[in-house]
Amino acid sequence: MSDKKIRVLIAKPGLDGHDQGAKVVVRALMDAGMEVIYTGLRQSPEAVANTAAQEDVDVIGLSSMAGSHLSFCKRLKVLIDENGIDDKLWLVGGNIPPQDHEEVLKIGVDAIFAQGSKMETFIEYIRENVK
Amino acid sequence: MSYRLDDGRVVNESGIEIKTSYGPEDVEASGGTEMIGEPGQYPFTRGIHKDMYRKRPFTMRQYAGFGNPADTNERFKYLISNGQTGLNVAFDLPTQIGLDSDDPMADGEIGRVGMSIDTLKDFEIAFDGIDLEKITVSMTINGSAAIAIAMYLAMAEKRGYDVSKLRGTAQNDILKEFIGRGTWIFPVEASVKLVVDTIEYCAKNAPKYSPVSVCGYHIRESGANPAQEIAYAFCIAKAYADETLKRGLDIDEFAGRLSYNLNLFGSLWEQVAKFRAARGLWAKIIKEEYGATDPKSMWLRMIAGGGGGGLTFEQPEVNIVRGAYYALISALSGTQTMALCSYDEAYTIPTEYSARVSLRTMQLLVEEMGLADTVDPMAGSYYMETMTNQIRDKIVEIMKDVDDQGGIIKLVSTGEIQSAVSSQAYTMQKDIQEGRFKKVGVNCYEMEEEEKEVEFHPYNEEDAKFQIKSMNKVKSERDQGAVDTALAKVKAAAKNDENTMPAIVEAVKAYASVGEITNALTDVFGHYQEPIRF
Repeated sequence: MSDKKIRVLIAKPGLDGHDQGAKVVVRALMDAGMEVIYTGLRQSPEAVANTAAQEDVDVIGLSSMAGSHLSFCKRLKVLIDENGIDDKLWLVGGNIPPQDHEEVLKIGVDAIFAQGSKMETFIEYIRENVK
Repeated sequence: MSYRLDDGRVVNESGIEIKTSYGPEDVEASGGTEMIGEPGQYPFTRGIHKDMYRKRPFTMRQYAGFGNPADTNERFKYLISNGQTGLNVAFDLPTQIGLDSDDPMADGEIGRVGMSIDTLKDFEIAFDGIDLEKITVSMTINGSAAIAIAMYLAMAEKRGYDVSKLRGTAQNDILKEFIGRGTWIFPVEASVKLVVDTIEYCAKNAPKYSPVSVCGYHIRESGANPAQEIAYAFCIAKAYADETLKRGLDIDEFAGRLSYNLNLFGSLWEQVAKFRAARGLWAKIIKEEYGATDPKSMWLRMIAGGGGGGLTFEQPEVNIVRGAYYALISALSGTQTMALCSYDEAYTIPTEYSARVSLRTMQLLVEEMGLADTVDPMAGSYYMETMTNQIRDKIVEIMKDVDDQGGIIKLVSTGEIQSAVSSQAYTMQKDIQEGRFKKVGVNCYEMEEEEKEVEFHPYNEEDAKFQIKSMNKVKSERDQGAVDTALAKVKAAAKNDENTMPAIVEAVKAYASVGEITNALTDVFGHYQEPIRF
């Protein structure tokens, strides 16, 4: 991994337009020396899976603020399997209620960085865990 | 909060250095007392009314709305019975971006963050039994605002109200949606055209209705500092005004119905100075640049509310106290309307309990703390007047920068403003995480906390199905010929660059749906493509 930059996809799933957090994450990852592909708003699970496959990213990151994380992750999981891209690190951030964490992780998400997470925490996590 | 630099200097968020103490010489050096004036008189720095809260305290308007229109109607009645004097309606995301409830993209989002609207029928249910003369209704909707305004006016007319006397507000500030919040639909220029259509239509048909509430609020939430918040909002308001003037309207025909939605969080002194500076500057711009003669055109009417960006996920009960200080800022600022984010709003949809705490916080200021006793009590403070002058200069400087770079419409289209604002949000996040910018409970006085119960309104599949069923029932019972004719007119108006509002009003009266009208418009205008730049 050391000679290649880590490539990260940051996506805004669903219809919610609150992208301040996602954009802060994009900049933090760029500053940490990673290559970041930001999708913009209103991504369908199909669009996220396709971009992840085409861009050959190491990490798929979703920023969810308005409560659609569970249904979105379930739909995305099917597409990740279909596209054979389950080798990628899959992260979810934003407003993810604690009571949903277990279920989100069970779907196949590798880690959750909910509200209050420090930037250095997810940067380190990515560096250590990119598969 | 201000920055305390290593060399001992203190600088506020707008970048203005703060002295250890202030005297009359500082007021003089910053521009003197010329802009202070008297309450109710040009340039209105001290307030747009002579008597302000002595005569009528600020309107208290909490944001509410969820699920289907009948649920929302029930919540509205609850809020009114608790003494709330205005309604601020939340819509779900499909409604906000012009989708019908049966659109595949709407799946899982119906009624989630606000009330779901498909046709005029839903407006009739949501406002049933609410006196539209006593309770003023504000609608938080932007991309599809032209349709929502048409529905509101049509609903009121059907209930026998005289539309020419009807008051109310729509947010309808699409330029800020491109900067933050993101409920855009059409490309930038077509979006601005629709806003101007509503301004022109309301000026002629519903002159008491405020068709646009220009929002510095969300620009601030997205990362702008207080001076930028006002500067960008003014640039946006001027862009709408310039386009409206091209339609042949006189500035005094519509400027008085433009209002503002501004944010509260930050240092108390800087915020209050920001509002006073903004009020004087807006009056000056409208009078001197636009040649308005009616004082009402020069009024900066506003809701100073929210403060969500200042609330913390950590130690949320402290947000009750933050909210009280934000309310104090709002009252000291001379706002017309106040709303507060509830203490749990950083992570969940407010409960009835937390929403009531916010409402009581605002009522407390009026009933117990003397905030309605006299007008602009901060006036004459050396610090306040100096800061007011300095922030005003700062706003002017930022506005000039925007103009020099080609204007706000261009900068929004290319994504330059979005990039600048998100870059600042990142800097702020780093400042907070590295302790340069203090947040209690976040980077100082932290403690181990129990896991919080985070509640989104449970998504109710049954409600969603019911909403779709109701829509289909309306669609099967309406006069389809009338709908088709009206939608063809919407398209023709868009194509021929005519005002689309008369056709949209006709379409909603025929029970055409939000999605159908939006599709008629996108057929002509196309969809917005988000510029991605960092």
